[in-house]
Amino acid sequence: MTGELGFIVNDLMPALMRGLWMSIRLIVPSAVLGFFLGVLAGSCRVYGVRALRWPADLYVALFRGFPLLVQLYIWYFGLPRIGIYLSPYVASVVGFSLCSGAYHSEYIRGALLSIKKGQLQAAQAVGMTRLQTILYVILPQAVRRALPGCGNEIIYLIKYSSLAYMVTCIELTGEGKIIASATFKYTEVFAVVGVIYLALVSVASWALGKIEDRLTIPGFEYHRA
Amino acid sequence: MTTATDSAPVLTVEGIRKSFGNKEILGGVDLSIRRGEIKVLIGPSGAGKSTLLQSINFLVMPDAGRICLEGRPVDPSDRKGLCLYRQQVGMIFQEFNLFDHLTALGNVEIGLVRVKKMKRSQARERAMAELERVGLGVHAHKYPAELSGGQKQRVSIARALALDPKVMLLDEPTSALDPELIGEVHAVIRDLGAAGMTMIMATHQIGFARALADEIIFMENGVVIEQGPPDKILDDADCERTREFCTKITELGGR
Amino acid sequence: MSTPFSVLQQSLPYLLQGVWVTLVVVLGSLSLGLLVGLPLAVGQVYGPRPLKRIIGLYVWFFRGIPLLVLLFLFYFGLFPFLHLDFSAFTVAIIVLGSISSAYQSQILRGAILSIPEGQMKAARAIGMSDAQAIVHIILPQALRLAIPGWSNEYSVLLKDSAVTYALGVAELMARAHHVASRTYQHLVLYLCAGFIFMILTFLGTRALNALHRKVKLKGYS
Ligand SMILES: Nc1ncnc2c1ncn2[C@@H]1O[C@H](COP(=O)(O)OP(=O)(O)OP(=O)(O)O)[C@@H](O)[C@H]1O
Ligand SMILES: [Mg+2]
Repeated sequence: MTGELGFIVNDLMPALMRGLWMSIRLIVPSAVLGFFLGVLAGSCRVYGVRALRWPADLYVALFRGFPLLVQLYIWYFGLPRIGIYLSPYVASVVGFSLCSGAYHSEYIRGALLSIKKGQLQAAQAVGMTRLQTILYVILPQAVRRALPGCGNEIIYLIKYSSLAYMVTCIELTGEGKIIASATFKYTEVFAVVGVIYLALVSVASWALGKIEDRLTIPGFEYHRA
Repeated sequence: MTTATDSAPVLTVEGIRKSFGNKEILGGVDLSIRRGEIKVLIGPSGAGKSTLLQSINFLVMPDAGRICLEGRPVDPSDRKGLCLYRQQVGMIFQEFNLFDHLTALGNVEIGLVRVKKMKRSQARERAMAELERVGLGVHAHKYPAELSGGQKQRVSIARALALDPKVMLLDEPTSALDPELIGEVHAVIRDLGAAGMTMIMATHQIGFARALADEIIFMENGVVIEQGPPDKILDDADCERTREFCTKITELGGR
Repeated sequence: MSTPFSVLQQSLPYLLQGVWVTLVVVLGSLSLGLLVGLPLAVGQVYGPRPLKRIIGLYVWFFRGIPLLVLLFLFYFGLFPFLHLDFSAFTVAIIVLGSISSAYQSQILRGAILSIPEGQMKAARAIGMSDAQAIVHIILPQALRLAIPGWSNEYSVLLKDSAVTYALGVAELMARAHHVASRTYQHLVLYLCAGFIFMILTFLGTRALNALHRKVKLKGYS
């Protein structure tokens, strides 16, 4: 094969697939870590004692207030100034997880707050313990309420994972940039890169939609944009 | 009454049909009304009264039939002509539908300024006069959310009147109101009738219908079952179904 | 070697100039986003089916591709290919504005759809054309409802604008990095930049809240 198609199939795709794999290695752990951080921070903010609540509030304010790029630069370029060295990959995963967790916590918090007091009273009235109340009453309701927001956050994470390139973690965008700079085929390369992201985002939102549909019960319908 | 009813009808409605999906809501309705006449539509919930009134104004697009204003048929596919027609047919909604972002005065004014292209100062004067006519001069600068239901409905009547309509269509103008507010709206409608306004009104208020109507039309399942003078329809109808409905509703609402 | 404090003191005027660039980029793209997003929203609600499809595709495209990729695609790829010689600054506003228009169109679409059907009916009933009804009745109400959404869009754009540093736009982030690489005070400078971004978010959100209170309809929730 020669020409444009040859370039795309022989040179571009192998590099981009390598990049895509790196992107996935960034996205999946960050999504999982971020979600758990969000649950932790969100729960602290709603049910925590004062000593837990204000650090959680501060965490969310800072990590939602700073641009993600600034956060990544702090982890990668800033920390070495106080003697802590993170690899590009670790700095990226730390940055994504912490930032994503702050946003997740907002949805978790909203979901927990939306559970009416009567639900907890009713759980006590039927003799549930604290743990049982959380497992059988609070979580099933909160998960349904938080899911659309948290799902959106994961979509955002897919897109923002491209910023790892800025701290020299060479993922999909980075592989694209390297080839494009070498060949000057910016339009072709980034069109293909864009299509791959579109596919990732579309598949993810389709999957999230499926999960939401599975979990939908009357009174907990989702209105997706 | 001082109404001069001439023989030529102002508005005629012929064979109006409307289906939603495969459910027929209007099954061919005919109607005609002369200048100064007042006709009242009654019938059970779901009979199609609202659909009929909205079809007359093409807010619901009828599937078949013809509507003539002063003998001229209305072509709803002619956008300009339709807007012109609607200016001449005032519409009062059950739930008022005041424009929420405009004051009472703004609501009355906007049709004059935007539709009739009247100068703002002139429009303001006219709008103020209409608001005073319905007894709301002092509330002119309040927003809909600051008005009671009865006041809102009177503003909506003023909004329609400002455009000098030849016919008014009123769809249960008082059924969304608390009982103690119904009187003030009825009074305004009664004054309109006395001033010779041509009106078609759907209502469940049987006492008011009897006092106001020249003719009562009983509808059910999308067709007119019977029509005639109030006393005839309400007390001595020919049709069994009409009698049954009127007995039930007069028992509830009194005479 | 200079202390963190003296570095900050010396570089603050330079950083604050970057704040202006950041604000121009953000306000420029927010306005461009509204200018394009508004007709998109109207088209998506009231337009014919093919138009709705096309707008849906546009929204899908700009919401599905990372900002950084779009910046590279347009700045190094598409615009030079079309012989359009735009500066990094201009491309930043065009790309951020296009993305924002996709998001804003959905904010506005939601606002339009939340307005009761009776408003349109009443407008038609007094003889307004559909266009008049949209301009004079629907949009004045929808735009008010959209202000909280804008407030959010502003803070998103503000943070995203830092990414335009990748094209060399001399905004706040770029300047912080520039000073950091010369003075080796990375941590302090990025923290400082971060706090300035936070302050800008706070001030902008406050301003939009004030606007919201000002244009809010009495007794309307
Ligand atoms: N847009 C629509 N789509 C589907 N069905 C409709 C629609 N509008 C009205 N209908 C149906 O048409 C029937 C007649 O409705 P309509 O509102 O005209 O009755 P009505 O006589 O005004 O009743 P009411 O006294 O309750 O106001 C009802 O069964 C209603 O469900
Ligand atoms: Mg009705």
